[in-house]
Amino acid sequence: MNFHISKRADVKWQVSWGVRAAAIVIALLICAVMTTIITGDNPIEVYKAMIVGAFGSARKSWVTLQNVAVLLLISLALTPAFKMKFWNIGGEGQVLIGGLAAAACMITLEGKLPSAAIMILMVITSVAAGAFWGFVPAICKAKWNTNETLSTLMMNYIATQLVAYYVVVWEVPKGSGKIGIINQNSHAGWLPELFGSKYILSILIAVIATVAMYIYLKSSKQGYEISVVGESENTAKYVGIKVPKVIVRTMLISGAICGLAGLLLVGSINHTITTTISNGQGFTAVMVSWLAKFNPITMVFTSLLIVFMNRGASEISTAFGLNQSFADIMTGIILFFIIGCEFFINYKVTVAKKNKVKEEA
Amino acid sequence: MKKRIIAVLMTVAMTASLVACGSVAKEAAPAAEAATEEAAPAEEAAPAEEAAPAAASNVKMGFIFLHDENSTYDLNFINGAKEACEAAGVEYVLKTNIPEGQECYDAACELADAGCNIVFADSFGHEDYMIEAAKEFPEVQFCHATGTKAHTEGLSNFHNAFASIYEGRYLAGVVAGMKLNEMIDKGDITADQAKIGYVGAFTYAEVISGYSSFFLGARSICPSATMEVTFTGSWYDETAEKEGANKLIEDGCVLISQHADSMGAPTACETAGVPDVSYNGSTASACPNTFLVSSRINWAPYFSHIIDCVSNGQAIETDYTGTIATGSVELTDLGTAVAEGTQEALDKAKAGIEDGSIKVFDTKTFTVEGAELTTYMADVDTDPEYAGDHEAIVDGAFNESGEGFRSAPYFNVSIDGITLLDQAY
Repeated sequence: MNFHISKRADVKWQVSWGVRAAAIVIALLICAVMTTIITGDNPIEVYKAMIVGAFGSARKSWVTLQNVAVLLLISLALTPAFKMKFWNIGGEGQVLIGGLAAAACMITLEGKLPSAAIMILMVITSVAAGAFWGFVPAICKAKWNTNETLSTLMMNYIATQLVAYYVVVWEVPKGSGKIGIINQNSHAGWLPELFGSKYILSILIAVIATVAMYIYLKSSKQGYEISVVGESENTAKYVGIKVPKVIVRTMLISGAICGLAGLLLVGSINHTITTTISNGQGFTAVMVSWLAKFNPITMVFTSLLIVFMNRGASEISTAFGLNQSFADIMTGIILFFIIGCEFFINYKVTVAKKNKVKEEA
Repeated sequence: MKKRIIAVLMTVAMTASLVACGSVAKEAAPAAEAATEEAAPAEEAAPAEEAAPAAASNVKMGFIFLHDENSTYDLNFINGAKEACEAAGVEYVLKTNIPEGQECYDAACELADAGCNIVFADSFGHEDYMIEAAKEFPEVQFCHATGTKAHTEGLSNFHNAFASIYEGRYLAGVVAGMKLNEMIDKGDITADQAKIGYVGAFTYAEVISGYSSFFLGARSICPSATMEVTFTGSWYDETAEKEGANKLIEDGCVLISQHADSMGAPTACETAGVPDVSYNGSTASACPNTFLVSSRINWAPYFSHIIDCVSNGQAIETDYTGTIATGSVELTDLGTAVAEGTQEALDKAKAGIEDGSIKVFDTKTFTVEGAELTTYMADVDTDPEYAGDHEAIVDGAFNESGEGFRSAPYFNVSIDGITLLDQAY
């Protein structure tokens, strides 16, 4: 028996979504078997707990949506760069540096400026800081064709160490290595709560960003330039697109949106800064963006999927007394199938008898 | 080819994201982390509903832990939580792996939503988020270990707790002093070679209080003892702790102790054959030849106490300091390497602390820059300038974790006889 792999020419959307649905079902079945074998718990109950963990109460739903908003925003930020085939894996650093700028404004300007002025400065500085963190690798790529995968990654470490340094500078109490909630009593620089809910601001910004990014990529001239540069730099040069300009411009946008995510994390959600505040989302966002094939609307669902599994996983560890690692195993299995199924969407596997192949040969 | 590059890149990115997910936030506030030997990760508790005695049946406790039972720090709290809740027959929920950020606030609120009337968090960095939750749920009691803000926050439902672990450290120091004397008597070292090495985490008051009390305990037995302290800049860094211990041993330290969470220092001591006083509970099984003793905080008495308070409708103290008397401060069994007569010396010192005749930070037992400390303004109410705000010298002793002050340590005096290395970690 011999497997023959051929590329599918044109995949109908029914087929592709059918394959994806099948992948999720198989993944859930395997997880169920694993759960029963390893823990002896009823898998249906475990899945129920996951849903309860993500949407079990109004608060849980809001937190889930807020987490989706942040992850989505970072994914949206990375998308134009990836579409241009500029491998920006520096989302983590761009988020951190944006957050650091916001925290710096909150800490150093408290009591010196009115809260509204601090907020305006926070927005400006964190977006600018994120954009700058995207600009450095972009200009190096545009001018000297440096490897952006390495340079964006390196920028992450610089941002992390800068944050670590300032945590020691601003730590409370002395020697403890943590800042805690900034301006807990004065609330200076805390971004406003919309409609009386602390969760809505991030969600609203993510919604606006999603629509804006969709239009930008789909309908604007700049969005088109990004696609052309991504498809072929030579074509882009041939039709008169200034490739270096597009690279720098796109990375400024990418970094700026990451900076905005950092602003939300510090100014609206956590009100503190730590080296782990973005919690690896700069990398997770790469996956979200890829899974959605760079479509901002699809990204809403892929980021929801990741956040849902994350939140569900921690509920499992609470409700069943299972270690978090078990939940991580399940998340891993599900992601493996979802990513793996893309292969079967793009390629067709046919079984050919060996001798038949020989005859053909 | 392009597809392959994409595939490789995606793999890299995913691996990186997994690694990033796996890396955990730095563990705050060490307190006493204990992994008692028998404390094998017992069956993880699902919300337990035992046959509840009537008195406590109206109580439901929610716990927030920074890590899970794989961390000795959290395991110590988890064991205490299960012990106390099962003894009182109350329902409880454990939330593990809660970072020191808004997640802590969300977790605390979710526990309150779920009907818990006491919510407890175990890590130093959880404090601010617990305060936020406490403001939102005035009818729920929020208790936080190792924190410093309850006494200034003015919230009737937010409480701090700690234990007089400096007394446990002092007693562990007595054991160390006995060992030093034995080494001097045997002629292994001269009296002025009795140098102790100490691996600390941060130059934070809790650590300073810990090594100073340990040193004073040792010097109460061996008057010629001196000490060197090295800092790792992390609550848990096995490599750095091991290297720190090795460096101290090379530097001529003949006995090692620590305030950091890993097995780095004890294993380095076992390899080098240097006696070791550990923290985090007994390390006798891993280090049978060098283990002397270890101190830890037992949290079960505090949990039982707050369950009683809530079920009887009494107020919980703003600052609770567990002591030897409450069973909160414990020493493990002595190792086989201790000097002869150690148990007797230990009993004597323990009795002295309990009847008040021994004060750990008695100003007559130490000097600061050559002079006795007669006055010291401690930074009890944390403020940005770390300005002293309370006179801490009371009745000839430094009033650590004192009544009316706060439970978390604030002793940050540099006393003579202790040399600090590597403060800029």
